[in-house]
Amino acid sequence: MTQTDTARIDTTRIDTRPQETPVGLPRRAVTIQLDGHEIKVPEGATILDACESRGTAVPTLCYGDTLDPVNACRLCVVEVENSRVLVPSCSRKVEPGMVVHTDTERVRHSRKMVLELLGSSVDLSAAPSVAGWMKQYGADPTRYGEIAKTVKQPVKIDNELYVRDYSRCILCYKCVDACGEQWQNSFAITVAGRGFDAHISTEFGVELPESACVYCGNCIAVCPTGALMFKTEHDMRELGTWDESAQRQTDTICPYCGVGCTLTLHTQDNEIVKVTSPLDHSVTSGNLCIKGRFGFQHVQNHKRD
Amino acid sequence: MDLRFPEAEPTVAEVQALDAVLGVSVVAQGWEREHGGAHRASALRPRLLGALHALQDRVGWISPGGLGELSRRLDVPPADAYGVASFYAMFALEQRPTTVVHVCADLACQTLGAGALLDSVEATCGIPNESGGTASWHPSPCLGLCERGPAVLVTVAGDPPREAVIAPATPDDVAVALRTGPNALAEQAAVVAAVPQAASADSAANLVLLKRVGVVDPLSVDDYRAHGGYQALRAAVAMGPANVIREVTESNLVGRGGAAFPAGRKWAAVAGQPVRTHYLVCNADESEPGTFKDRVIIEGDPFSVIEAMTICAYATGCEIGYVYLRGEYPRAREHLQHAIQAARERGLLGPDVMGFGFAFDIEIVRGAGAYICGEETAIFNSIEGYRGEPRSKPPFPVEVGLFGKPTVVNNVETLVNVLPIMLIGGPAFASIGTTGSTGTKVFCVSGSVERAGVYEVPFGVTLRELIDLAGGVPKGRSLKAVLMGGAAGSFVRADEIDFPLTLEGARAANTTLGSGVVMVLDDSVDMAVFLRRIAAFFRDESCGQCVPCRVGTVRQEEALVRLTIGPRQEHDMVLLREVGQVMRDASICGLGQTAWSAIESAIDRLGVLT
Ligand SMILES: Cc1cc2nc3c(=O)[nH]c(=O)nc-3n(C[C@H](O)[C@H](O)[C@H](O)COP(=O)(O)O)c2cc1C
Ligand code: SF4
Ligand code: SF4
Ligand code: FES
Ligand code: FES
Repeated sequence: MTQTDTARIDTTRIDTRPQETPVGLPRRAVTIQLDGHEIKVPEGATILDACESRGTAVPTLCYGDTLDPVNACRLCVVEVENSRVLVPSCSRKVEPGMVVHTDTERVRHSRKMVLELLGSSVDLSAAPSVAGWMKQYGADPTRYGEIAKTVKQPVKIDNELYVRDYSRCILCYKCVDACGEQWQNSFAITVAGRGFDAHISTEFGVELPESACVYCGNCIAVCPTGALMFKTEHDMRELGTWDESAQRQTDTICPYCGVGCTLTLHTQDNEIVKVTSPLDHSVTSGNLCIKGRFGFQHVQNHKRD
Repeated sequence: MDLRFPEAEPTVAEVQALDAVLGVSVVAQGWEREHGGAHRASALRPRLLGALHALQDRVGWISPGGLGELSRRLDVPPADAYGVASFYAMFALEQRPTTVVHVCADLACQTLGAGALLDSVEATCGIPNESGGTASWHPSPCLGLCERGPAVLVTVAGDPPREAVIAPATPDDVAVALRTGPNALAEQAAVVAAVPQAASADSAANLVLLKRVGVVDPLSVDDYRAHGGYQALRAAVAMGPANVIREVTESNLVGRGGAAFPAGRKWAAVAGQPVRTHYLVCNADESEPGTFKDRVIIEGDPFSVIEAMTICAYATGCEIGYVYLRGEYPRAREHLQHAIQAARERGLLGPDVMGFGFAFDIEIVRGAGAYICGEETAIFNSIEGYRGEPRSKPPFPVEVGLFGKPTVVNNVETLVNVLPIMLIGGPAFASIGTTGSTGTKVFCVSGSVERAGVYEVPFGVTLRELIDLAGGVPKGRSLKAVLMGGAAGSFVRADEIDFPLTLEGARAANTTLGSGVVMVLDDSVDMAVFLRRIAAFFRDESCGQCVPCRVGTVRQEEALVRLTIGPRQEHDMVLLREVGQVMRDASICGLGQTAWSAIESAIDRLGVLT
């Protein structure tokens, strides 16, 4: 790491984010009815896309980033006429003539219950938006009583770069997909077990340094609940010094190789506390490698020398 | 792909076990042709489940060394292999004794004294799943032996591995099996013992699907042919694929696996797909508590399943068929494996079936203890070597099924119905039963009846008549309720049993036929215990993919425990209903969607818990 590299990270601010997400080839339009309004959406769009195009808010947890939806959380369900069960808007594609309702009694009940079931079993305190949805849908996770089974367990700290706090895990499968075939092709982690005992694990639960993990940290980037966290962030939260309102985000280009990934540096008190990459960035799609993600520790150590 | 493998070394026994299964496979080309690709891991992946069985059967558990070796050979990430192994109840990921006693704790056996058996096994063998000693035991979900419960399955790892069924089991039988090994036990009952109608010539004369059970030698293809075998395939080839589908469509045959989907429509949809390959999956996972009809058909008349699959394959253009057979069915596996081998040797399966100019072969995939794998898309993931989690639909299997190709999934009983359809024609078949429900239906009658077993009757017989056919409830007891369709079904009261057993009759009576479970409960059954078992079943068997079912089945059980044992919370009944509603509305698959049905009907119809 040279002096100039350090300087570039600290000072340059280049916003490489495209103004708009590319829309691809023109597609045929499909007409559907959404909450009583006829709308046209491109063929192949999901119901969620249609909702977004009309500004209809739909809560989502397991959907997002650039991974294929696994539609496992079921928070985004909507009612489609002639369907016996509710359908996940994040993954169901629109069909001509579909009649969709996003705010019926059944929809509100399911969303409330999904939030309650998760809230009563998982620590959602680091998941953005959840508290607001809980209020909106009238979810009360406490009514399952003291004995309600939870996924509470000790935080796994087995390396210097990131921690795994599975008490916060909602099993959205995103980290597994990011680690596996959809992004990283490392296949270090999987869903193991079944039912309520299902959990994210390496083979036989071995610690990360013994596993196939390459510390790209892409799993941290996709985790919606803070179960996967930079060790810096975890330590600061433990100390009570983590303060997002005092943090600045600065975009820069990663200095380590010629690919040119955009890094977003999150700084608090002039220290880099975590590194992300914009999801809509054409080079990274949010992905980084160990150097971009965690190399800042060298930067800071270097500065301190 | 550059995978990293664990350093633990396999033992000699583990290497031998893997050599034995990974060296030979008849339809390997079919397996390896389709899928895999750089991303979705290795083309060898569909061999994962069989390789895990090989390790489990040989050494009694999946060790880190064994898993590492298997991952290396199949080029599957070790974490993935671990995720798959840990999905199935039959695979142990910690070392345990090589002898394992599976004691059925499920619904039908509960009505037959399973509670006392479990207590006595616990007294002699200690707590479940203990790792010390020479044998361990654990309570098991329904073993599909409900007609002669309480049922026990003993598995002994080794070379060769051994399995034995003890049913009905006494505490003494279990003690003997533990002391001297399962070979010391008496032979299990003959297959035909499960078919009470076969006992008299009069009632046997009315059997269609079960007519050969106990009559033919299930191990002899010649005997099968001497009893009318392979005439249906000849008739099918004579009429050609399009006409086969027309006859099946005109027969109005609907699926017997639970969803009652028209078979002809499914076949036509697959036949019409220009994409190749087409696959056939015969669903013999049969894990719905109280269901054991497919076991009886396969054990007693395995060639009929092979012939029926061959007809389906011929009509829909499938070159490869899989029988997904539940893991705990040792005799069915033995008979079917033998029959497939014999059929190959006679050219009844293979590159040119009977010289008719089409290719078809069948492979058995052995399940490993997961009810969910009977769901029609979970079954694909399981066969492909992934965790048996259901996929989201659409797309439906007829378009995107096994290995991403058009696939027919049919239940065993659905398929064997095709034999009479070929022989008498679709319209004649449709004249049996009622207009809405055609043909005969095999019901699994269990619980508090004199003669439990499978009963084949034309659709339209009433529930009361069926129970009478099975001898009614034993003397001195009175009928309390009937559980229709198994754990995923619903209860009817003793005064509600006069409805006709048809799809439309069940619907009108606000219940379901499901997979044909008719479980009879008398006044001695403790409903609280029974309902808690239903809740525990779904909690155990949820795949864990979606929130409503993964957490909902746990909350449902907790609320039931509070309501039946205490301490009761003011709002527990409301809670139960609200949890039930989200499971039904928002779960991905039928497991979660029906996990509350039976309990709801017990509350609303039987008036329990109030
Ligand atoms: C949780 C679950 C378990 C199932 N298990 C079985 C089974 O063991 N055997 C079966 O034939 N169908 C089972 N089914 C139904 C299948 O999804 C599918 O409908 C059926 O195999 C189709 O065949 P059919 O049309 O011949 O009935 C199950 C469904 C669910 C939701
Ligand atoms: S750790 Fe995070 S990303 Fe991974 S499954 Fe859990 S909640 Fe999802
Ligand atoms: S409903 Fe249950 S079994 Fe079905 S996908 Fe969801 S968690 Fe799995
Ligand atoms: S956001 Fe659609 S199912 Fe999770
Ligand atoms: S074998 Fe025990 S309930 Fe079926």
